[in-house]
Amino acid sequence: MSASARSRLHVPRTPARPGEAPDFSYLTISPAGAVPRPDTNAPLNETERLASEIVRVLDENHRAVGPWDPHLDPADLQLGLRYMVLTRLYDDRMLRAQRQGRITFYMKSTGEEAVSVAQCMALRPGDMLFPSYRNQAAYIVRGCSLVDLMCQLLSNSRDMCKGRQLPVMYHSRKANLFSISGNLATQFPQAVGWAMAAAYKNEDDIAATWLGDGSTAEADFHYALLFAQVYRAPVILNVVNNQWAISTFQAFASGEVRPFAARGPGYGIPGIRVDGNDFLAVYAVTQWAAERARKGVGPTLIEHVTYRASAHSTSDDPSRYRPKDEYERWPLGDPVERLKSHLMAIGEWSEEQHARLVKECEEQVTAAWREAVQYGTLTEGPRLDPATMFEDVFKELTPNLERQRRELAEELKQK
Amino acid sequence: MSQMNMIQALNSALDVMMARDPNVVLMGEDVGYFGGVFRVTDGLQRKYGEHRVLDSPISEGGIVATAIGMSLNGLRPVAEIQFADYIYPAYDQIVSELARIRYRSGGDFHAPVTIRTPCGGGIRGGQTHSQSPEAVFAHVCGIKVVMPSNPYDAKGLLISAIEDDDPVIFFEPKRLYNGPFDGDPNKPATPWSSHPKGEVPEGYYRVPISSAEIVRPGTQLTIVTYGTMVHVCTAAAQALGVDAEIIDVRTIVPLDAETICESVRKTGRCVIAHEATRFAGFGAELSATIQEECFWHLEAPILRVTGWDTPYPHAFEWEYFPGQARVAAAIKATLEAS
Repeated sequence: MSASARSRLHVPRTPARPGEAPDFSYLTISPAGAVPRPDTNAPLNETERLASEIVRVLDENHRAVGPWDPHLDPADLQLGLRYMVLTRLYDDRMLRAQRQGRITFYMKSTGEEAVSVAQCMALRPGDMLFPSYRNQAAYIVRGCSLVDLMCQLLSNSRDMCKGRQLPVMYHSRKANLFSISGNLATQFPQAVGWAMAAAYKNEDDIAATWLGDGSTAEADFHYALLFAQVYRAPVILNVVNNQWAISTFQAFASGEVRPFAARGPGYGIPGIRVDGNDFLAVYAVTQWAAERARKGVGPTLIEHVTYRASAHSTSDDPSRYRPKDEYERWPLGDPVERLKSHLMAIGEWSEEQHARLVKECEEQVTAAWREAVQYGTLTEGPRLDPATMFEDVFKELTPNLERQRRELAEELKQK
Repeated sequence: MSQMNMIQALNSALDVMMARDPNVVLMGEDVGYFGGVFRVTDGLQRKYGEHRVLDSPISEGGIVATAIGMSLNGLRPVAEIQFADYIYPAYDQIVSELARIRYRSGGDFHAPVTIRTPCGGGIRGGQTHSQSPEAVFAHVCGIKVVMPSNPYDAKGLLISAIEDDDPVIFFEPKRLYNGPFDGDPNKPATPWSSHPKGEVPEGYYRVPISSAEIVRPGTQLTIVTYGTMVHVCTAAAQALGVDAEIIDVRTIVPLDAETICESVRKTGRCVIAHEATRFAGFGAELSATIQEECFWHLEAPILRVTGWDTPYPHAFEWEYFPGQARVAAAIKATLEAS
């Protein structure tokens, strides 16, 4: 159209669409070990490099190098690997369950497992987490049973949400994991408020929260940075930059000129850009941010550079908007493979051990699924009483809701 | 004429208006390259360019606010909010700004923005992909509120909305996108090709904003409804063998009270049906208006059939949804009242 050819309006470029070769030339990757690690008390101007380069620990030979190496015990690394493998297999099995019509909807976290696993391992159990919808590994690390998670997906008689939420909108009061909204970015400033309360009460628990690159466009993201800085809230604010917001490339959330981490210094908050597929680097920057928060220095914004290997959700078909082989060309690799290779490089893992781990996790997922469906699915088996839908609108049923509950019972009796 | 489902009819309305008026621009999340998560804008970026069909940041407040600004500078933006459930970050811009710019500037400025948004349940969307918030916007003075129930009206009303010099919120009942839905989820889906309103002219035409439609003339009672519930009520009345006059409100603001009241004066009995929650829902406004205008003609209390006053629960979608059984019970109660 001539009208558009004449237009001076800038529209961000999407590097590659279906049929084109993947192009990650927009991403400048710092060598492992190259980015200095400032003291956690350091003033803002000494942290500014962190917002533009990428903190990485694992080098091409799968060795941990540089000042950010968290020097983790091999047993912890093996545990991290187990959580990541379990999450991936859980995701695969639940996708299959959705395709079989057993659950209505699902969202995988494939390719992003290191973010939730390493971060939750670096935090304390008392720290409060405000996750987004792609942090399923957080529930696994925090010890929630797979059966409980699956019952939520099935909206069955043991569903923690009592059948009210879409699949994947888990929560766990016991494990300090807040309820997932479904609306984007709302949890970000709520986490800040939780952290403000912790500071107010002189408690040393901190809060952590996550959202995607696309969601940083919501005003809530900016509220969070503002309040976190004004009150020096003990909070870790995480942007999981997985490059795609459904069909929309991250440049449309304004990652085109400066990285998302750079939003931090603009508000007076250190921003760290980290290789989100490097388990050790994610662990190390989280430790750094947690120490700042716990010491009362203030909040930290972390941008995890990663890639959404799967579809946005089961309602999405990414082959319509990005090259099919994009993930294979993703320059930061796969988080599971990288941690596995590291463990092997330091002589703490073998292919045999890995095969055994995969088998164990598969069996764990299968057994959990077998148990979960016994508590019902949307179409078969035990089901919550529909009358429960009127509960929890308020603490107590209002007369209005009580009347409607009776009306529904009448309606169901006549069916 | 051609056969269109509601998605195609809406797409055709946008295409027709973009071809007629270079000031019409589209914006919204995933509306450009991808063509929208429900495919309503499919092919339009290819045809009209990426400067004219804008993929927006995920920022509903930002989308509506910049649409207002664009409209103040001569454009006619059609903004898509991906789900009506996501419209609330834009609420301040809609309520305090969009709705009042003409009023507060003494008529010197106006903002001809159209906001399209899919609404309603029936697709297992749970509490964040199923809401019908039309009453929330009907209560705001200065925005028109539209909800079509079929492809023909959808296209004609969307063209009217885009041409309207006042702002319009255009609710699209997503369960109707691919076919009329009578409230029974276990029946095989019916396509729009089986329905007379699936016949849609390819070119330009308008369905006026502010006119209700008598979908089916009748004598025993009047059913006032809109959106998905038009089809549910029609099926329920038919199953009961009741000679109901069914009115599709189509335009919530401004309301065609005359068509509605004339019908109720004739039948003397009235059931109001919508999918949204009952308390302070738009049915309350309809009921009050009918009572004021038709009191001496009424032979029975006006009854409302609605969703319950709870969020939309994922597992109990069909217990929540006001299906044929709930409509039938109200029809019977209205007819039996003496």
